[in-house]
Amino acid sequence: MTTTATSHRTRPPAQPDSLRAKRLPWYAAPAIAVAALALSAVLVYGTSIGGPVLVVVLGAILYLVGLFAAANAVEGRRSARNRTWSALIHSAFVLAVLPLVSVVWTLVSKGADRLDVNFFQTSMNNIGARDANGGAYHAIVGTLEQVGIATLITVPLGVLCAIYIVEYGRGKFAFAIRFFVDVMTGIPSIVSGLFVLAFWVLIVSPWFNDGRPSFSGFAAALALSVLMLPTIVRSTEEMLRLVPAPLREGAYALGVPKWKTILRVVLPTALPGIVTGVMLAIARAAGETAPVLLVAGGGAAINTNPFENNQSSLSLFVYQQAGDASKYAPARAWTAALTLVALVLILTIAAKLLARRNRLSR
Amino acid sequence: MGETPHRSADAGTGGTRVTQSHEWPAGASARVAEAPVSTRSPGGTGLGGGGALPRSRKFGAERAFRGLTLAAGTAVLVIIAAIAIFLVAKAVPALRANTENFWSYEGWSPNETEPKFGIGALAFGTVLSSALALLIAVPVALGIALYLSHYAPRRLGTALGFLVDLLAAVPSVVFGLWGRDVFSSPVRDFSVWLNQHFGWIPLFGGDGPFGASVMLGALVLAIMVLPIITSLSREVFLQTPTANEEAALALGATRWEMLRTAVLPYGRPGIIAAMMLGLGRALGETIALALTLGITFGISFNLIQNGGNTIAANIANAFGEANETGRGALIASGLVLFTITLIVNITARAIIYRRREFTESAA
Repeated sequence: MTTTATSHRTRPPAQPDSLRAKRLPWYAAPAIAVAALALSAVLVYGTSIGGPVLVVVLGAILYLVGLFAAANAVEGRRSARNRTWSALIHSAFVLAVLPLVSVVWTLVSKGADRLDVNFFQTSMNNIGARDANGGAYHAIVGTLEQVGIATLITVPLGVLCAIYIVEYGRGKFAFAIRFFVDVMTGIPSIVSGLFVLAFWVLIVSPWFNDGRPSFSGFAAALALSVLMLPTIVRSTEEMLRLVPAPLREGAYALGVPKWKTILRVVLPTALPGIVTGVMLAIARAAGETAPVLLVAGGGAAINTNPFENNQSSLSLFVYQQAGDASKYAPARAWTAALTLVALVLILTIAAKLLARRNRLSR
Repeated sequence: MGETPHRSADAGTGGTRVTQSHEWPAGASARVAEAPVSTRSPGGTGLGGGGALPRSRKFGAERAFRGLTLAAGTAVLVIIAAIAIFLVAKAVPALRANTENFWSYEGWSPNETEPKFGIGALAFGTVLSSALALLIAVPVALGIALYLSHYAPRRLGTALGFLVDLLAAVPSVVFGLWGRDVFSSPVRDFSVWLNQHFGWIPLFGGDGPFGASVMLGALVLAIMVLPIITSLSREVFLQTPTANEEAALALGATRWEMLRTAVLPYGRPGIIAAMMLGLGRALGETIALALTLGITFGISFNLIQNGGNTIAANIANAFGEANETGRGALIASGLVLFTITLIVNITARAIIYRRREFTESAA
């Protein structure tokens, strides 16, 4: 499947030219490209409707048209289609790489401005609009605590739910649970934030707080759990299904009860895959802004108690600094964004490496 | 591997001694750990020869564990139901207090003494920006996925695929910040150019200012969902059986014909799933749009003038100064968003489940 282009250039001597399909010479594609660019430059500057960017875009379109026409004339329609689609697919790749590279480049170059020790040791408490320093310590604490609590809630619940779906569930009820886990994957993060706002902050928390609704890091953790649960259930479910049946049957044949087989044989076998899924879910939850904005309140001071008073988080810190009018705020926002991306990427890379090392599917 | 060992709980493993000496993995609560001890203690009679298995216990570890997993499974249904119930409970008082038509009024001032708010413009903006984003992102994403799976050299394809997976994990707030600080100026230039030369099309009309427009929001959204759709569809394309591809090539198909006849049909359920997941992300995206759209309340198809708004972005922007009715109104708008995404998701899942017999693992 690899290459068909090179094999034609070294033609076997036994084959006469009359038996071979005609092909465009190798210099045809670059020649058409140059011609297309020149024509587009003449058109654009002749009518003065745009700049160099338009020349490139128009040139690319002309190139596609020219390539199709030339290949159609020499090689036939099927080959012309093949060439055009191949060129389109390659250009889609180039087109998408540009903005993504720009995002990464901006993140690193702008984020490096405030990447100093002070940023990781101070909070935004008593930092006014004219103060250049101030940091994200409180936000980092908030992110770690909220995501940690959410993980503690979700992992047991998600793994048990997956065990039910794979090992015990039969019939319509299990199908309904599977179906709604899938549906739950698509719940927008802001809706889960609103749910926790309506349920926990406005209805339950006044019971503990003299009748006033209280924002807290724990509420944010609840909202993040709603987002993490379906991811963990799905990945665990997939991993449990990959555990070979002979392992289970061997345990049953030795008289081990089913629950013990699951806990001692099935789960340990699937563990690396489950851990991968959990880490990916954590990485996604750490980057969520909307639910934290709605239910954690977001304070400027360091608050290590997730059950009382406002808490911030890294993503919320980015959002708040982005909306701040101070001229020092954008630098803080970009550095916090860089920190957040670093945290998320480390988790993701670790998860992927773990998945690659312990592959159950074979 | 059905329910076979159900009756033989504790039969051959020595019961309490062994169970107690095991460490308990996370998730097994104290309730389960105690169960075998209490039921085992009275006498332990009745263990005979081969046929005399112990009777199935009413409160054995097996039942307790099974009940626990069942409870966890039910929790999912409870959570979904609870989301709907609590959102409705908080939305209804605000909707009662609304003095305008919730569906058609174009504006959002629920904090006044006479609250007025309507969802029409917001829902329109949500659907418009998501649809545009998907329209831009899906062809490009499929192109990249095909490039990575079938055109690029294998090593390069694997490495770039890994990078795409990483980009899919970048939080949306980062894309929003980039869209506002970096991407808005090229988009503004492009909008001015469009307005100069194509101003006669209503989509690109208007007198400015340009920049913080639906186009910027939709482009940022498209760039955001691009890695997600790419990563999912690339995985599906890689799963195409090699036999199918080679059969197509052996029959004389060109590479594009091979992709069209073998790879794309095989991956169709996976592509639909990826698109729907991308659409779900785009519909619910909050922060990236709150940072890039110029917030207005009106239904307009103009893509390049400052403006545009979505349900989620409005929630993020208006939440700070919302009073009791204001919160209720925002929750009501969230309920509408929840319903839209629920419909999209259920439709997508129904499509995938119906086509599952074709490709088991693709979805």
